[in-house]
Amino acid sequence: MSSPVDLTLAGAAAALRDGQLSARELLEATLDRAVLTEAELHAYLTIDHQGARAAAAAADEAIARGDHTGPLHGIPVAVKDNMVTAGLETTAGSQILAGYVPPYDATAVAALRSAGAVIVGKSNLDEFAMGSSTENSGYGPSANPWDTGRVPGGSSGGSAAAVAAGSAQVALGSDTGGSIRQPASLCGLVGMKPTYGLVSRYGLIAFASSLDQIGPIARTVEDAVTTLEVIAGHDPLDATSYRGAYPDYRSSLGRGVDGVRIGVVSELAGEGIHPDVLSAFRSAVDALADTGAIISEVSLPSMEYALSAYYLIAPAECSANLARFDGVRYGLRVDGATVEEMTARTRAEGFGPEVARRVLLGTYALSAGYYEAFYGQAQKVRTLVIQDFTRAYAHVDVLVSPTSPMTAFEFGSRTADPLSMYLVDVCTIPSNLAGGPGISVPIDLDTSNLPIGFQVMAPPLGEETLFRVAAEVERVTAWNDRRPPLVEARS
Amino acid sequence: MKYESVIGIETHVELATDSKMFCGCPVRFGADPNTNVCPVCLGLPGALPVTNEKAIEWIVAIGLALECDIAHRSQFHRKNYFYADQPKNYQISQYDVPVCSGGALEIETGGRPTRVRINRVHMEEDTGKMIHVGGGGRIKDADHSLVDFNRAGVPLVEIVTEPDLSTPQQARAFAQELHSIVLTLGVSDAKLEEGSMRFDANVSLRPSGSEDLGTKVEVKNMNSFRSLERALTYEIERQTAVLAAGDRIIQETRHWDEGAGVTEGMRSKEESSDYRYFPEPDLVPVEVDETWREDIRRRIPELPAARRVRYAAQGLDPDSIAVLSGGGSALTGLFEDAVAAGADPKVIANWLLGEVTAYLRRETVDLSETALTGEHLRDLERLYAAGDLSSTAAKQVLAGVLAGEGNPGEVAEARDLIQISDAGALSAQIDQVLADHPEEYQRLRDGDAKVIGYLVGQVMRITGGKADPKVVSGLLQEKAEA
Ligand SMILES: [Zn+2]
Repeated sequence: MSSPVDLTLAGAAAALRDGQLSARELLEATLDRAVLTEAELHAYLTIDHQGARAAAAAADEAIARGDHTGPLHGIPVAVKDNMVTAGLETTAGSQILAGYVPPYDATAVAALRSAGAVIVGKSNLDEFAMGSSTENSGYGPSANPWDTGRVPGGSSGGSAAAVAAGSAQVALGSDTGGSIRQPASLCGLVGMKPTYGLVSRYGLIAFASSLDQIGPIARTVEDAVTTLEVIAGHDPLDATSYRGAYPDYRSSLGRGVDGVRIGVVSELAGEGIHPDVLSAFRSAVDALADTGAIISEVSLPSMEYALSAYYLIAPAECSANLARFDGVRYGLRVDGATVEEMTARTRAEGFGPEVARRVLLGTYALSAGYYEAFYGQAQKVRTLVIQDFTRAYAHVDVLVSPTSPMTAFEFGSRTADPLSMYLVDVCTIPSNLAGGPGISVPIDLDTSNLPIGFQVMAPPLGEETLFRVAAEVERVTAWNDRRPPLVEARS
Repeated sequence: MKYESVIGIETHVELATDSKMFCGCPVRFGADPNTNVCPVCLGLPGALPVTNEKAIEWIVAIGLALECDIAHRSQFHRKNYFYADQPKNYQISQYDVPVCSGGALEIETGGRPTRVRINRVHMEEDTGKMIHVGGGGRIKDADHSLVDFNRAGVPLVEIVTEPDLSTPQQARAFAQELHSIVLTLGVSDAKLEEGSMRFDANVSLRPSGSEDLGTKVEVKNMNSFRSLERALTYEIERQTAVLAAGDRIIQETRHWDEGAGVTEGMRSKEESSDYRYFPEPDLVPVEVDETWREDIRRRIPELPAARRVRYAAQGLDPDSIAVLSGGGSALTGLFEDAVAAGADPKVIANWLLGEVTAYLRRETVDLSETALTGEHLRDLERLYAAGDLSSTAAKQVLAGVLAGEGNPGEVAEARDLIQISDAGALSAQIDQVLADHPEEYQRLRDGDAKVIGYLVGQVMRITGGKADPKVVSGLLQEKAEA
C-alpha cells in the first residue's frame, strides 16, 4: 500500500490508535491525494486546509494524552456540502448560497467533530441534492474515479468520488431518493441510507423533509457501521428524530446469513435493468443462497407507481423548503425595484434549471384544484408502497435488488431528458418512501470495468439484519481490494 | 330594503411563553432588533422546528375555557406565501385538524345573552416586523425596509368564531370577554395597543330576516375595543350606503384608519389566496391525551363569567365586579386572598377599588411594589368590624400599610388610631363633658335630642377623636334617662 489513504477506515483507525500513523500524516497524505486527483474529479467544493490541519493536530495531541475518542479519531472525512458547517462555506451546490458561511454545525457534523474526525472539506453535489449525476451542481460536476469521462452518480457524487479516490477515508452523504446508495454503487463503494429519523437532519439543508436522511459512504460495510454509530442518535433539535434505543450494529457483522430470509424484488430485478448489472446481481444472490440464505422472489406491485409518487412528493416539499432563499437574509441577492422583484430575480438567477423545474412542479402539485389529483394521490401511493413493504417483510427479513439499473454513465448522456435521469433512482426511491434503511454494496465490475452495486433493504429500524446481510454480500463477492484505475495511476 | 349585519371575529393572541413556538429564543417585547433570534427563527438553511409543549398546554387551556373539543392528534401545516417578514416564506400553522374546535362563548349586551360559537382555535407562529424607511413609513413609497425577526416564531393562537354576532356592540363585548378569559388564564399579556392581542372582523350585510350570507369584508388594524366598535359601525354604514346606491360589495380586506375614522381598501394585487397548505413534514403530530387534557382542565382558574356570578352573590357592586372579574387586575388576587382569609367581600372590594386604587395612582406604584397582603386586609377589616377603628381611621391605617409602615395593628398603634369604645373607659370623659356643660346636660335630660350631637362632638374633642361616636351617643342617652 503506497499511501495510508488507501487503508480502510478500520485499518487507518488501528494504525492511529497504535501510534504507527499520526492524524497529521494521514491528513497530509489525504490532501496530497486531493492535489493529484481534484483537477480531474472535482470531488470537493471546498477543502478546509486550515481547519483540517488544526483538527488533525488536535487529534494527535489527544492521542498523545491517551485520550483516544474512538474509531473516527483522526480520520479524514468529507462532508456533503448540504450539511452546514460553522465557519466553513456551505452552498448545497447552489449559486444562491455562494459565499454563505453558516453560524452553526449540523448535528451530524458536530458528532463527527466530537468523535475526533478531521473534516477535510465539503464535497460536491447536485444543486440542493436534486439529481443523480452531480451534473446539476451549480459549480460544475464531479467525475467518476473509475472513468473520468463518466459521472460518479448523485446527488452525493462528490462524497463518493472522494472516498473512492482516497481524498477522504469516509464521507457523509444524504439520501432522499437514492443519493447515497446510487453514487456508492457507481463508484464501487458501500453507501447506506439509515432508517428515517435515525440520524438527525438538523443542519441538513432540506430538499424533501419527509425523505431526506444522512448516512455514510465508505469502502467497507464495517466502515459504514463505524461511521453510522457516530452520527446516529436522538437529537432534541429534530422533532422527527428517533427516540428509542440504538443497538450495537457491529455485532451483526460476520454472523453470516444462514437461515436469513431474503426476498428478491421482482419489479426491480428484471425489465429496465442492464444485463451486466442483472447477471452480477443474480450471481450474488446465488452466492448468498450457497451460504445458507433462504431466497424467494417477492412482488411489490406498487413499485410501478413509486417513482411518480416520489416526483410529486419530493418537489412539493422542496417548493416550500427552498422558499427561504429569497435574498433577504443570506446568500445571493439580485436587487429589484420592490421586494417581490428582488426575490424573483434572486431566485431566477440563483437556482439552476433542475431546481427551478422541481420548485415549479411542486408548487403546481400543491395548488388549489390540483392538490388532490397530484400531491394527495402521491401520498396515497406512498401509503401503498409502505403497505407493500410491510406485507413483504411478514415473509422475508430483507429485500434485495440492484442498486442502480445501470453503471456509471457518460457526462451529458441523460441531461437532455430529465425523465431518463429520474429513472436512475427507480430501485432506491421505494425505501425513502417507506422509511426503512437501504445499503448498496459493490459486487462486481461490468464489461466496461465499472462497478455494480447490490442493494439490501430492511424494514424501519432493521439495521442489524441489513448490515448482517450486507457484510455477507461483501464477503461472498470478495470485492474489497478493488481500487479505481485513477487511484492506481496516481498513487 | 332593511339590512342586518353579520359579524365574525378572528382573534390572534401572542402567547407569553418563556420561549418561542419552535425554538429556544426568549419571547420578549421591546428588545433591540434581531437580538432574540437563532438559526430556527431566522429560517437559516438546515434549521428545524421543535414544538413548544407549553404553548400546546396553553392553547388547550384556551380551548377548554371556550368549551372546545380538544383533538387527540392534531397536525401542523405549512402555509406558503412570500413576504419579507416571514423567514421561511411559509408559516407553520394548522389547517384541517386544529388543536381545538367547536366551542362557544356566551356574552351579554344590554342585559341580553348571545351565544357565540367558536369554529376553531389553532396554533401558529408569528412573523417578524417590517420597518419601512422613508415615504412616510409605507411600503409603497419607502426608500428601503428593515426587518426585525424578534417576533418571528412567537407562539400565536388564532381563535375563529362563527358569524354569530350582529352588532358592533356585541363584537366589542365578545372581544372584551375573550380578553378577560385570556388574562385570567395568564397565557398572554393581551395588550391590544402592542398587538399581542389583535382582533380582525368579517362583516357582511343581508336583508333582514334572510338566512343567506352576503359578501364579506375583512376589517383589520383595530388597536382597542373602542376602535373595533367604531370600525364595525363605520363599515356597516359604508356597506349599507353601497347597497342603497344599488352597487355591489366587493370581497376585500380593509384597514381601519383610527385617525380618519374610516376603513380603507388595501391593494388587492398582493394577495393570491392559494396558500398551498400541506402537512409540515418537519414536525410530528401534536398529541394531547386525556390525562394531559384533564390535568390542564384542573389547573384552569375560575373564569370571568363564574366569577361575576359569585361576586354578585357576595354583594359586590357592578363596578367592583367588572374590575375584579376582568382578569387584568392585580387587585383580584388580593381580594381573593383576603376573602379566603375570612374578610367581608364588600368591605374589601370597596377598599381595593377606593383607597388602594387611589393610593397606587397617587404614588404611581404597582401593587406588587407595596407590602399589602390579603391577611393585612383581613386584619384591618376585623379591627374595623370590632369597632376598634373608625371608617376614616381604617383608611388611614390602610395607607400606612401600603406605605410599608407595618401590619394594620402596628400602624394603628403607631398612628394612635385605635378607637375607644369601652363604656367604662369613656364614662369619665362623658361625666367631665356633662359637668362642663350643665346647660346642655339639662336640655338633654329634658328630652331635647338635638343637643346630643353637640355633646358627642365635645367628647370626641377631649378624646382626640378616638372615641367611638356610636358608643358615646348611647352612653349619653343612658345618662339622660337615668
Ligand atoms: Zn429562535
